[in-house]
Amino acid sequence: MDRRKFIQTTAGGIAAGTAGMYGSSALAADDIKVGSIHDLSGGLDIYGKPMVDALTLAIEEQNAAGGLLGKKVALINYDSQSNMQKYTEYAQMAALKDKVAVVHGGITSASREVIRPVLTKNKTLYFYNTQYEGGVCDRNTFCTGVTPAQTVQKLIPYSMKKWGKKVYVIAADYNYGQITSQWVKKYVTEGGGSVQAIEFFPLDVTNFGPTIAKIEAAKPDFVVSALVGGAHMSFYRQWGAAGMLKKIPMASSTFSVGNEQVVLAPEECNGMVLSYNYFEKIATPQNKAFLAAFHKRFGADYPNVTELAMGTYQGFKLWAEAVKKAGSIDRVKVIEALESGISIDAPSGKVTVDGASHHCILDVSLAEVKNKKLDILQTFSQQAPSDTSAVCNLKKNPADNQQYVIKV
Amino acid sequence: MTAFRDSPWSAVLVMLLGVMATLAIPKWVDDFALIQITIYVVMAILAISQAFIWGFSGILCFGQASFFGLGAYTYALSVINMGESTLPVLLAIALPGLFALLLGYFMFYGRLSDVYMGVITLTVSLIFFNSVNSTAGPEWRIGNAPLGGFNGIPSIPSINYPGNPEDTLDPLAFFYLSAFSLIAIYGGLRWLISSRIGHVIVAIKENEQRATLLGFDARAFKLFAFTLGGCIAGLAGCFFANWGSFTSPTIFSLAQSAQIIVWVIVGGLGTLVGPIIGCMAIQWLTTQIGTQQTFNSNLVLGVILVVFVLLVPKGIIPSLGDVLQKLFGKKVTKGEEA
Amino acid sequence: MDLALIVSVQVLYAVATLVIISAGLAVIFGMMRVINLAHGEFLMLGAYSAIFATKAGINIWIAMLVVAPICVGLFGIVVERLIIRHLYGRMVDTMLATWGLSLLCVGLVTSLIGNTTSGVSTPEGNFSIGAYSVSFYTSALIVIAVLLLFAIRWVLRSTDWGLIARGTMQNPAMADVLGISPTRVYSITFAVGAALSGLAGGLLAPVSGVVPTMGASFIAKAFITVIGGGSSILAGTASASALFGLINQLATFITTPVFGEVALFIAAVVMLRMLPQGITGRFFKGSL
Repeated sequence: MDRRKFIQTTAGGIAAGTAGMYGSSALAADDIKVGSIHDLSGGLDIYGKPMVDALTLAIEEQNAAGGLLGKKVALINYDSQSNMQKYTEYAQMAALKDKVAVVHGGITSASREVIRPVLTKNKTLYFYNTQYEGGVCDRNTFCTGVTPAQTVQKLIPYSMKKWGKKVYVIAADYNYGQITSQWVKKYVTEGGGSVQAIEFFPLDVTNFGPTIAKIEAAKPDFVVSALVGGAHMSFYRQWGAAGMLKKIPMASSTFSVGNEQVVLAPEECNGMVLSYNYFEKIATPQNKAFLAAFHKRFGADYPNVTELAMGTYQGFKLWAEAVKKAGSIDRVKVIEALESGISIDAPSGKVTVDGASHHCILDVSLAEVKNKKLDILQTFSQQAPSDTSAVCNLKKNPADNQQYVIKV
Repeated sequence: MTAFRDSPWSAVLVMLLGVMATLAIPKWVDDFALIQITIYVVMAILAISQAFIWGFSGILCFGQASFFGLGAYTYALSVINMGESTLPVLLAIALPGLFALLLGYFMFYGRLSDVYMGVITLTVSLIFFNSVNSTAGPEWRIGNAPLGGFNGIPSIPSINYPGNPEDTLDPLAFFYLSAFSLIAIYGGLRWLISSRIGHVIVAIKENEQRATLLGFDARAFKLFAFTLGGCIAGLAGCFFANWGSFTSPTIFSLAQSAQIIVWVIVGGLGTLVGPIIGCMAIQWLTTQIGTQQTFNSNLVLGVILVVFVLLVPKGIIPSLGDVLQKLFGKKVTKGEEA
Repeated sequence: MDLALIVSVQVLYAVATLVIISAGLAVIFGMMRVINLAHGEFLMLGAYSAIFATKAGINIWIAMLVVAPICVGLFGIVVERLIIRHLYGRMVDTMLATWGLSLLCVGLVTSLIGNTTSGVSTPEGNFSIGAYSVSFYTSALIVIAVLLLFAIRWVLRSTDWGLIARGTMQNPAMADVLGISPTRVYSITFAVGAALSGLAGGLLAPVSGVVPTMGASFIAKAFITVIGGGSSILAGTASASALFGLINQLATFITTPVFGEVALFIAAVVMLRMLPQGITGRFFKGSL
């Protein structure tokens, strides 16, 4: 093919594509559209892919059970490519072009704060299903992930009892890490301990040698890690390489959310203590059924269903339940249904929406990393999102719209 | 053909087409598409800044994202502090321009050239990226506005009609503002290039030594071009912060700078209208790719770029120009070469 | 005393890392003036090759030192054949093509392998310097970096092939007249550069998170080191790595890793301003 032909065919293709782009989509006009905005490529795709898989499964299960309000549920998926600009574009697309009934999406707190105002302005319901630092207070948004008052509050006393009172904190340098480290400090101090230092690392740092030396010099009883992302995995690698795992134990509020325990070798992370809502080893009958269905759909060798994936699954189920109760997908009716206190029996246990704070009451478990799996140590039932409830009451102030940085 | 391309009439034609398109588009497309097209236009302003300093002044700047980001952050921080947007917009143009002036002075008066300049500009953008990325702590703020680090600065107030802080631009007005700015900048640059100063700048790009020997201070002219490019990129950054009501450190990243360069190369280095089209084409393409599930986005874009380079190396506009030349150009006899 | 020792080890480690990641790029850019924006992805491919080889049962050292370079070297030959060959002398086009290539590699690896793969842990173990532990691997890398520099020097200086390569880079037309095929030389040089990048990836696999996007963290530093070093491949890379590694690690110790990076960048900017042709534009001029 010579150059002229190439240009002609490409121009023709682009013209045809342009015509198609603004035309109608191929969905049946009657379907209920659910939007998903997650990172499926770029540095954050380790989080995004399991979330979209779980959402796909949830929607397929709903359709197999007869759909929602008699109509089929259709998933409209956007890959935000770990790019903030794309998050904004796709949020606008979901709200204005595809006019979806609800958006499930956003992974990092930064991405949530990008799409939240867009969806609120354009009156599209938003579910944020990732564990985060707490404080979002917005009538249009529901957060189904765990917050520090639910997880860190259990993690720290357990670790302090097991290992001691001197703590060194390392965290990712953005709002999640900054705020979570304050919560760690609060619970450590309440337990009579002391935080020796809090160090922050931007998401692309891979050079942890000097940090490890500093930690050794400080001789803490244990280390708390709130590191995030692919680059931060090098910390765990280098930590294990320096033999530190046997010397200084570690607890973490983010480890395993990106399936790090599968990527790293057992000698690099065994013994680490974690705290989340969901673990694969939870023994409820719902979980057994869920895992069977999940593995049937996505393969028996799927690495591990992450906390975020379950958050997304549960988020969809909550929304579907609210739609059934409201009898419609109209945003305000669904919000009112959710605020009346919807509950579902999910694989992680019972999940209830706390109407005033738009967050969820969840079971929380402590677990330990062992040979690429997560073994449950203790379970606490029905923990309330007390950090956000303390500052946010959307029943009293429905016009509230911000993220509170909760003062510890 | 070349005569037409270089004449002022081609500039007038392009501007006329641009004005017609700007007035027609809102009537044909819905709200969402309008917002989409607006971001393409804003990025095109960024592309044209790079096209000017690279294609016409010969400055390989691998860090145009620095000025883009500076513009966005300057606008964000000043509008949050001042409450009214007219001064912040001017600051968003002036501050990056000032920084370009300083950086340019640093580089050109040190007789740095081509690839070394590319590395310095790249490094500068990385310095910005790394520095701003580490400002997540609450102690990092300018006036009322926290810098936010990786989270960036959300909920940035939009541009308002001068003097009236409550009266912000709606999407249609913002589209007109961006599009007419693009057309005006294009016209201005074309005019500059055809002026005496412009001829000197192009001469310096062709052969710096010769220009210097003819008595022109190459460094001063390059500095002028570089600063102008910085101002334009700063304006693009200001509009970008407006469009998304958001800015974050990734605006300074290597990926952003590389994207700008890709737009210029795809559109055609050495033209102004080419990078505008290249930018819009690639932006549209990446958005479309992200909405389909079959193939990984990076994979598709990578294949497209590689194929493009091998088959259409000059870029879209010059290749189109060649095609048109072959179809309509004057027939030259053996003895007559243009 | 212990602290001084640990700091020195870390500094040497930083320098060694820079040498290792820049060697491949130095060969490709220094000898062929090709700006290879896919350098980070060659590294990534090397890391993945090493991982798969180790999981298939090959000894980790062989996987890193032999399998990784060979795999990526072969890939380099293919790339050169299909893409780079057509674009010699067209710097702008090679930038675009290699940027497209880098996106392609990331996309391909993500689609085929997915982004959760188990990695390899660091071999050997660790020893103590006073109150601090250092992994043996850190020292191993330092030794390997030094050996690498000597190996490159030996090949370029003392082998026929090195002589032919240097000659062809200086004057391809002359080499052609003398019966040497420049295309073959270019092809082999690109492959060698790719193999070196693959080696770097393999060596770094045990100490970093191996994900398809890992290349991005290395490419900027590699570029800055290579170009800061100037036109001599060996002396340039060595001196630039030494200078930048020292500044980076010292700053990291005093402050945080981020300001360590920023210090490296500022040093690069200042140095390039003072020495516009890179380090070897002024010192060690004319050397290898």
